[in-house]
Amino acid sequence: MGDGALVEMTPSEIQADLEAGTQAAAKRCKTPELSSAELDHLAEIFCSNSRFTGVDIGDEVVLSYDGCGSQDLGTRINDLQYYEQYLCADSLELYHHDYSYKPAKAVTAFEQVVMRQAQFVTTAPLGYGAMPDLGLYTVPDGPVPNWSELLPLGKIDESRAAQEAAVELAAADIVFVADEMVEAGIEFIDLDTSGAAGDADFLAALLAIERIRARHPDLGIQIGMAGEFVLGMHGELEYDGVRLAGLWPLDQMRLAARAGATIFGPAINVNTGRSIAWNVARTLTIAKPCCDAATIPVHLNGGMGVGGVPMHVVPAGDATCRASRAAVDILRLDGL
Amino acid sequence: MYGQAVSHGVASGMGGIRTAGDLVARMQITRGMRLTEAKEYVAGRLGVSTLDLSDPTVMLDVRKEHGLGGILESGEITDVGDPLGIEAKFNIAAVLDVPINCVTRFRDMASRRRPVEI
Repeated sequence: MGDGALVEMTPSEIQADLEAGTQAAAKRCKTPELSSAELDHLAEIFCSNSRFTGVDIGDEVVLSYDGCGSQDLGTRINDLQYYEQYLCADSLELYHHDYSYKPAKAVTAFEQVVMRQAQFVTTAPLGYGAMPDLGLYTVPDGPVPNWSELLPLGKIDESRAAQEAAVELAAADIVFVADEMVEAGIEFIDLDTSGAAGDADFLAALLAIERIRARHPDLGIQIGMAGEFVLGMHGELEYDGVRLAGLWPLDQMRLAARAGATIFGPAINVNTGRSIAWNVARTLTIAKPCCDAATIPVHLNGGMGVGGVPMHVVPAGDATCRASRAAVDILRLDGL
Repeated sequence: MYGQAVSHGVASGMGGIRTAGDLVARMQITRGMRLTEAKEYVAGRLGVSTLDLSDPTVMLDVRKEHGLGGILESGEITDVGDPLGIEAKFNIAAVLDVPINCVTRFRDMASRRRPVEI
């Protein structure tokens, strides 16, 4: 199940959930349902009693990680080393435990030292990641009025002005950290969980990407989304003439590519009350138009609560491997 | 960790420095190449097939031949005579013909000379 519970289902129940999942997605984001051949393939994956499954030999994809290690064993450099040496990650990401650019900015000098040392001892591409996290710029944590307090009071204009101010502050912080970490040797920067605070959050990420790309033409820029749909907390913000509120992964990817990103990570949410088969069918239906039209690599987010992986702190391997294989087989992904 | 990284890694991952996953990732990261193009590019530069890129048996020898680094295993796989870390990244930059920021920076820092005061 989407909450991680193990349930017993008959093949016909799984088939019905797969069909219901793709229908729910198609209705919600106005996209084609999965074909009968694709649903049959998913049924084959989910009806198997085996504990584990995987893609065909030769169909393997690149695995990137939004933050390597749990920072509870050894040092953060050790985290990167065991992701490289033991988990065989294809790229590595150093992160500050607050995982937002605003707090990371305050300790950038220390982060630079760790990054520089980490680059000496690792071989895989190594970058730095954090979230735009627009909420941190609001009172009481930041200088901008809190739109979550203004909106219930009906202060729409004030709320929008606050979000617009926060966009510029966040974009400036992200660019600052990127500049400093380029000095320390990073090979890519990751703007993870973008859009968490809605359309203004996504705009901050896009503006930061655009500015980083102009300053560092060869730097890899990865963006991961917070959810499947950009919430319209502001409602009127645009990037390059496109209204951000209400965008689904296809248009999110297009704007990320236009801004200068080199890898896009869609995040499709999990419904904890439905089966993993239902959630995977829904995830793939929403992500498919994005993958089909992609002009840059797409790494589908496949962690707790997104991409069909159960919303649980210790997701079961049997569910994760099925979600993983299904995504690669149906979407022809570039990575996860 | 076990439920996610290990499950994804075994189910669908290329294998990082155990194979050529890091090299294909590098082309996605620095050049924005999609998977098929990135695999073909890396395979072409290494003189292997795209199928070989996820084969640890083939890639062990290829990585050693080109000095591209690899799994350590207490020196049983990658030993003291093999490039590792930043050393390997110098070779990766040359073999793939891509700029690697930390390599450029290392070269710049290591070539700095201060006048000797007498």
